Amino acid sequence: MLSPLRTSSMRGWVVALTLISLLALGVPGLQLSGVPASSVFWATTALILVYSAYVAEVYRAGIESVHPSQEAAARSLGLSRLQTLRYVIVPQAVRRVIPPLLNDFIGLQKDTALVAFAGPVEALRQAGIFEAANFNFTPYVCAAVLFLALTIPLTRTADWLIDRDRRKRAASGVA
Amino acid sequence: MTAAISIEGVHKSFGKVMVLKGVDVEVPESNAVCLIGASGSGKSTLLRCVNLLEPVDSGRILVHGDDITSYEVDANRVRRRIGIVFQAFNLFPHMNVLENVTLGPRKALKTPKRDAEARATELLARFGLADKRNEYPDRLSGGQQQRVAIVRALAMEPDIMLFDEVTSALDPELVGEVLGVIRDLAQTGMTMLIATHEMGFAREIADHVCFLDQGRILEQGPPERIFTAPEEPRTQEFLRRIIEAGRM
Repeated sequence: MLSPLRTSSMRGWVVALTLISLLALGVPGLQLSGVPASSVFWATTALILVYSAYVAEVYRAGIESVHPSQEAAARSLGLSRLQTLRYVIVPQAVRRVIPPLLNDFIGLQKDTALVAFAGPVEALRQAGIFEAANFNFTPYVCAAVLFLALTIPLTRTADWLIDRDRRKRAASGVA
Repeated sequence: MTAAISIEGVHKSFGKVMVLKGVDVEVPESNAVCLIGASGSGKSTLLRCVNLLEPVDSGRILVHGDDITSYEVDANRVRRRIGIVFQAFNLFPHMNVLENVTLGPRKALKTPKRDAEARATELLARFGLADKRNEYPDRLSGGQQQRVAIVRALAMEPDIMLFDEVTSALDPELVGEVLGVIRDLAQTGMTMLIATHEMGFAREIADHVCFLDQGRILEQGPPERIFTAPEEPRTQEFLRRIIEAGRM
């Protein structure tokens, strides 16, 4: 119970928060001409930077999990390195990383709440404002429902993708 | 006449381990040469060197007189002329049989999809796999997978085929169907270099047999002589153990 709490609270949280405050508070403060001054823009940029690094690692792990003999087989047919990646390695890697990618997308969802730190008002912050004004906790429930409305379909889609791949291979015998 | 493959003084090390210590082998046009020897004697490494999957440290490999180990050579072009079949099949699991077989011709040779598929269907039919064209590899038996792997290599219309212990991962009752395919190829005059543990098969199909021991060709000659009257004590020892194991 303690370890998942630790992992999810420490993982990315500190980095994301630092980068968000650095970019979303710092860059507009510089008042550079020709550079967007919106803190939403810079907070989004920070999240993109942090999560693209995570996602890149996931893809790298997926690519490395494909056995070297697959590369040997493809190269032995005279395919170039790039063709081998494109047609043999990456298609297999992508299928394998669907579950960890889903994990990262849900993490990204949650981390949008960190954006509020730099000023922009997102769902959770808005709920806090309503709660403070009306002494009513319903807005929090509403924020939670919004969160679920996004993550549940996403989870289902990922499950469906994995299932479809499995079914396709299994059903080939009947066809 | 120049040999289809001439391997001249090939050395190859992995780190500090020297796997090939100066190997010379000639494979004349339309001949089948079998490499025999214990596991770790360098058979697979030698085949992988011929296919340029491993660079040689020194020595040369000539294919139809062209040095394929020189730096200027385009490895992809060489590999298109030389097919290899692996012990573990190495089919692409995310593609069905037809896609496995047509990938090489379509992407490396730029054959139009329709032509590649027609040719693949013809080859699959020839090796009794016509009804498997839409199956995915994990639905096939080991023997069927290995036959698909052979067809995949043949679809590139190579001049030379390399076989790397292609029956070692198969259940005993499936070995025959794969050997049958190689026997067929021998009859059509395909030039082949075959690493194998199937001594009976080597004896039947080979024009020439090379016994590899610790990275060297210790003894070579026609199969009748190697299998009935080997000169080297190590060859005798190796064959005696094979016979004891009931594999010949």
